[in-house]
Amino acid sequence: MVKRFRIGSRAGMRVGITLLSAFVQSAAVFSAVAAGADAPSAESTDGLGAAGHGVEAAAGTDFSSLLFVLMLSTFIGLGVITRVSRLLHTPLMSLTNAISAIAVVGAIVVVGTESHHWLITLLGAVALFASITNIVSGFLITDRMLKMFKQPESPKP
Amino acid sequence: MLIQLAYLLATGLFVFSLHWMKDPKTARRGILAGVAAMTAAILGTLATPDIGNWAWIAGAIALGFAVGIPLSRVALTAVPQRTALSHAFGGLAAGLVGTAKYYVWLYEAPANLTAFRTAAIIIEVILGFLTFTGSLMAAGKLQEIRWIPQRPVTYRFQNFSNLALFAIALLCGVALIVKPVQLSFLFPVILVLALAFGVLLIIPIGGADMPTVISLLNSYAGLSAVAMGFVLDNKLLITAGALDGSSGLILSIIMCRAMNRSFTNVLFGAFGQVQSAAATGEKRNVLSETPEGAAQVLEMAREVVIVPGYGMAVAQAQHRVKELYEQLNKRGVNVRFAIHPVAGRMPGHMNVLLAEAEIPYDRLIELDDINPEMPQVDVALVIGANDVVNPAARHDKSSPIFGMPIIDADKARVCLTVKRSMNPGFAGIENELYYSEHSYMLFGDAKAVIGDLVKQLAPHSV
Repeated sequence: MVKRFRIGSRAGMRVGITLLSAFVQSAAVFSAVAAGADAPSAESTDGLGAAGHGVEAAAGTDFSSLLFVLMLSTFIGLGVITRVSRLLHTPLMSLTNAISAIAVVGAIVVVGTESHHWLITLLGAVALFASITNIVSGFLITDRMLKMFKQPESPKP
Repeated sequence: MLIQLAYLLATGLFVFSLHWMKDPKTARRGILAGVAAMTAAILGTLATPDIGNWAWIAGAIALGFAVGIPLSRVALTAVPQRTALSHAFGGLAAGLVGTAKYYVWLYEAPANLTAFRTAAIIIEVILGFLTFTGSLMAAGKLQEIRWIPQRPVTYRFQNFSNLALFAIALLCGVALIVKPVQLSFLFPVILVLALAFGVLLIIPIGGADMPTVISLLNSYAGLSAVAMGFVLDNKLLITAGALDGSSGLILSIIMCRAMNRSFTNVLFGAFGQVQSAAATGEKRNVLSETPEGAAQVLEMAREVVIVPGYGMAVAQAQHRVKELYEQLNKRGVNVRFAIHPVAGRMPGHMNVLLAEAEIPYDRLIELDDINPEMPQVDVALVIGANDVVNPAARHDKSSPIFGMPIIDADKARVCLTVKRSMNPGFAGIENELYYSEHSYMLFGDAKAVIGDLVKQLAPHSV
């Protein structure tokens, strides 16, 4: 009964190829920029950045590995989402809402650093509030909706 | 290391969570996986050394629960608004974290503002804040708040001025990437431009395009989380954001295809305005029918297909529809529901409403599967749907909806349409289905009309 959705093969190809070329281009641009920009700043970080910022990443982040992660997870996402039953597109959207509230991680890092100015802490706290709201309401309403999808075979009361 | 393991676990569980959405039978397992993943991510982050300010954290979490729980209890007809609102929250969170990070680095460790990081922050902030105001506007339109115009608002040079605004924001961004510290006054400018752009992007969009726009905003909210991942050097943010971003992307593609329109057409086309002039003034005969007559027609049918639309959601008629379904079922009539992908105001809207009314989901049939069977159907009952059953989409090249896949309600032997009045729908297009000789109109509120039909059918069944 549950039909798999296929983005018609040609359209699917087009989306895939567009995405792939976008990734390759941005990787090229970013690696060029990162190589140019990071080299001089690396030595100055020792004096300024590291002190008191345990949570902060070092300036020499491996950006290309982040782009690899982004590309692979986008393709996994496309693969998994195209298999989602059309019946469940509304619950899917509220579930991904809750998942994208993973911004909560960033918000906690901002709020939790005690050395920050209180205004920064406030910004982080609002972000944390917004993310937690999304997590709580997203998961709860998805569960509420999914409970309603009745099994076809189940005897009716 | 332990924290990275928690993040790794969370990433895997998120993928499983979405994987299990493939079937209603396994879908609730998906929520468990999602909750477990989120818990692992939050606990992992809280366990990071140097995390403090516990009072702030606890306060924000408590407030989040206090608002989140009531938000999850809204009526199912209000789900599109709630979804738009939570996109707004997601965008806000990303935008604020980006802003906070920029100023922290600016004042405490300017060396951290590398070109790459600054670029990621700018992308995060632009996407976050434009999603914030855009989603608030969308939620306002869906909730039909008075001071937000429902009809698309258009003015001369609209697309030009929007693009110009966006170009200015991009230019500011590029300047900021080059000199992140010296030109820091540009940051608030970008912020304001992003907020304004979100509003301007949604103003020209009408109700029937909402499914696409909501999906698109869903995608933006995910992408802003991805950008945050680049800012914070956090792979979990990137993976989870990418899952959300690709989900939004796929849903928008499905919606666009279901309307035979392109992204640019939805965003820059201002659908409603253009066509209101295209409606013809020619008066033609419409056959109307009473609930008594319609009930007789339904009684004698063997195959009935119900085509629900936004009108059913507005009238909250889904429970009456369920009663009708039961009455007809008792008489041995085979009743099915034809679901058009863009029926309603968000992807899958009709499925959820009918599921709420406890109609088994194997009765809900997709457009492509039901159309070949329509010529064998005795009665097509259209409830509050309009453009998705307009045969002009098949053959009238001058029609603005030409090429859009429709449900072939006109091919059924008899077509009954429940509608409030003859006013053309959102797009202002006349529907020639209503003028066909085997098509009858039942005028009135969907809930009342279906209620009448049920009453007509009920006494005989005892």
